[in-house]
Amino acid sequence: MDLDLAQFHSSFFEESFEALDGMEAALLGLDVGAPDPERVNGIFRVAHSIKGGAGMFGFKDVASFTHTLETLLDELRSGRMAVTRDISDKLLLSVDVMRAMLTSVQRKEPVDMQKVADLQFDLEMIVAQGAGGAPAAAAPAAPAATASPAPAAATAPAGGPAAEGSNAARWAIEFRALPELLLRGNDPIAIFSSLAELGKLTVVANMQAVPRLRSIDAERCYLTWTLELESDCARDQVDAAFEWAAVDCELTIKRVEAGASSAPAAVAPAAVVEAPVVAAPPVQAAVAPKVVEAAAKPVEAAVAPPASAAASAATAPDATAPAAAAPAAAAPAPKPADAKEPAKAAAGGEHSSIRVSIEKIDELINTVGELVITQAMLSELGRKLDGSVAEQFRSGLNQLERNMRELQESVMRVRMLPISFTFSRFPRMVRDLAQRLGKQIELKMTGEQTELDKTVLEKIGDPLVHLVRNSIDHGIEAPDVRVKAGKSPTGIVHLDACHRGGHIAVEIRDDGNGLDKSRILAKARSRGLVGQNDVLTDEQVHELIFMPGFSTAEKTTDVSGRGVGMDVVRRNVKELGGKIEIASELGKGSRFIITLPLTLAIVDGQSVSVGSETYIVPLTSIVESLQLQPQSVNRLSGRGEVFSFRGDYLPIVRLHELFGIEPRATALHEGLIVVAEGDGRRIGLFVDELLGQQQVVIKSMEANYGPVDGVAGATILGDGSVALILDLSGLIRVAAGTARAA
Amino acid sequence: MTNDSIKSGLQQVLTFVLGSETYGVDILRVQEIRGWSSVTKIPHAPAHVLGVLNLRGSIVPIVDMRMQFNLERAEYTAVTVIIVLSVQSRKGKRDFGVVVDGVSDVVNVDDSQVKAAPDLGSREATEHIRGLMPVADRMVVLLDIDKLIAGQLPNTSDSEDQASAAAAA
Repeated sequence: MDLDLAQFHSSFFEESFEALDGMEAALLGLDVGAPDPERVNGIFRVAHSIKGGAGMFGFKDVASFTHTLETLLDELRSGRMAVTRDISDKLLLSVDVMRAMLTSVQRKEPVDMQKVADLQFDLEMIVAQGAGGAPAAAAPAAPAATASPAPAAATAPAGGPAAEGSNAARWAIEFRALPELLLRGNDPIAIFSSLAELGKLTVVANMQAVPRLRSIDAERCYLTWTLELESDCARDQVDAAFEWAAVDCELTIKRVEAGASSAPAAVAPAAVVEAPVVAAPPVQAAVAPKVVEAAAKPVEAAVAPPASAAASAATAPDATAPAAAAPAAAAPAPKPADAKEPAKAAAGGEHSSIRVSIEKIDELINTVGELVITQAMLSELGRKLDGSVAEQFRSGLNQLERNMRELQESVMRVRMLPISFTFSRFPRMVRDLAQRLGKQIELKMTGEQTELDKTVLEKIGDPLVHLVRNSIDHGIEAPDVRVKAGKSPTGIVHLDACHRGGHIAVEIRDDGNGLDKSRILAKARSRGLVGQNDVLTDEQVHELIFMPGFSTAEKTTDVSGRGVGMDVVRRNVKELGGKIEIASELGKGSRFIITLPLTLAIVDGQSVSVGSETYIVPLTSIVESLQLQPQSVNRLSGRGEVFSFRGDYLPIVRLHELFGIEPRATALHEGLIVVAEGDGRRIGLFVDELLGQQQVVIKSMEANYGPVDGVAGATILGDGSVALILDLSGLIRVAAGTARAA
Repeated sequence: MTNDSIKSGLQQVLTFVLGSETYGVDILRVQEIRGWSSVTKIPHAPAHVLGVLNLRGSIVPIVDMRMQFNLERAEYTAVTVIIVLSVQSRKGKRDFGVVVDGVSDVVNVDDSQVKAAPDLGSREATEHIRGLMPVADRMVVLLDIDKLIAGQLPNTSDSEDQASAAAAA
């Protein structure tokens, strides 16, 4: 049994972590005081499904904790308790705790139970206290403004659901569907959602007519509804919504004068407890999820034990999950006119996707790469043919080539993920940091859909975190300082991503104080990094903050200021083949722009030839290529040759000597010098000849062989042969080593 | 893997010729047999590692068996053959190619026919030999390719870990 379940563990963890990310995002978007019921439901569902999974796999600690969490969330979504700042903080903490627990369980490490128990206790306290005092407070907070009857039904005793003081006219609608309603293809949900577009809609389902489970016919409709529409619309607009259903129902539509007390609150008492359960599942799931949720507890209590498996499957929490998952139900769900983000939530649900392991994709990429080579070989062959058939052959080959190119691009795109995967962690981080530092910060994110390779995506996270942290800690000023400077007290940190040519540019922009050049310069002078009288350009000053251990922060906070960082950021970015630029204006803010290649699987390379071998030099490490005149070379005794390049003396590294190859050219003026850099050092790489520039797919040498100094990997050329890709940093190290040894 | 095939008793072996001797490898380890094509040299590689080849998209190192066994070098011609084998190393499965003079046959081997290699004085000399087996009028040397290749390619051997452990100690 254990074995059977173990194979699902990884997908449980994966899904749970993803769900937790979603829960965190939902929590961050939750308005204290007036929470969107959809969001609260979403959060509840996450807790519920993790609890279910954990219970099934026997992760007792996780299940127990999520149970407590679920209880609290249930209180919140039923409106019995109001969402307060404190609760939302505790819920965020719960996300962390759950994440930590799942990580521990996944790694089969012991769980830190102290923390879990503490938080669990807090949550229980909240529930216990809330049960006593909160309901009255919760009622006004409940968003009666939506088509969701859940809070309305739950708070019915506390008062009418209708918004007070509203002057809009109301329509009271009695909608008694004939049993055939569903058979004729009418969908009450669709009707309700079109009504909801006219104004504020309250729907209450009446389930008294629902028969006992065994006598139920799944295709018949047993429900009637009482609707209240708050809208100034004309009668025929309301009629239009029922146009198709008109013959299948008894309909009374009455105009109620503004201010009159609202009818629906009285309906749907919990007395008809078993009704939601016995309602035919499709109907219930599609039509009345909210009502079912509201009545969840009593239903479970009253019906679940005696009822059959079907009934227990239909108990409230379970039934709501599929209902929300089904697009049909999700779409017409409450869409208040003023809702800010339902579109986003809906969009998230509609993109369907499958999980595929990276190995499978790499295999696909490999095979396609091979196809491209075969196709190139055939094209080469096709050019040599003549005769009447040859022409057809060539046109067929041309088509093949086009298709191949498209295929290759699509396959490469499979590995691409939107940068939102990385961005999604920032709202939480910014919120926490801002709170801790007492700053007001608004985080803006744009271009989250920009796609880049998964490996790049994974490695860019930490540098971005560092930069955002810097912006918040050093960039954005405290609110009072900002007001004094004539700025809004709320600082803005803006994350932006976009494609630029074959690269992706990620920009972190803030409207804080900017880099203080004079202070940086003063600090650099005091540390002797810069001469007292040296005049530096802006770029050179900015360059200083990338020096290891350089920090101008007056005091070290636990957020940043230890001077560890910018150099690491730059190194990480460089390792990815990217670069980082800074633009800053004192008092106005700063911009950090990271430019990265879209993928690590492909590199722009310059092919060079040495003897009979071909090597690829990554274009990012090439500064310039030139031919040397014999007189411009200087010999240093025992230390090889150097030449003058833009005011510097660069060592000449003969690639054929380093790699032990028989070259075609040994005299420096017969070959070419490629000025290349790695690890911040430059060398003149002596090669026989430059061939061409091309994009090459990087293959690992280590998979079957092992690491080679000075070689980053290998690639397969158009003729199927292998060429090594040079790693300049490694090459420079090797060259330096041999020079010392010599 | 090797142990499994020994236990199973019967196995098929691909035999190949090097100079005047015949060697055999477990046929299940053979990925591909291909003609000689020129290889790309790897800088600083040991002499018997000739270079790398493109084998359906992956980069595979090629080892000269003659040099490995200290035989006289032969010219690479159109009939020179590369046998691509996969080995189990500590770091997982790896593919590599061996250059041999020619492939001869596939023979069935019963473990009862396999004789232990005679003691040649040092463990290194016989470590990679699983046994000797008469086939027709000749003797076939059965190779344990996992041991054979261990230490010949970087990162394939335990010796590296031992070396680092020794350095640490």
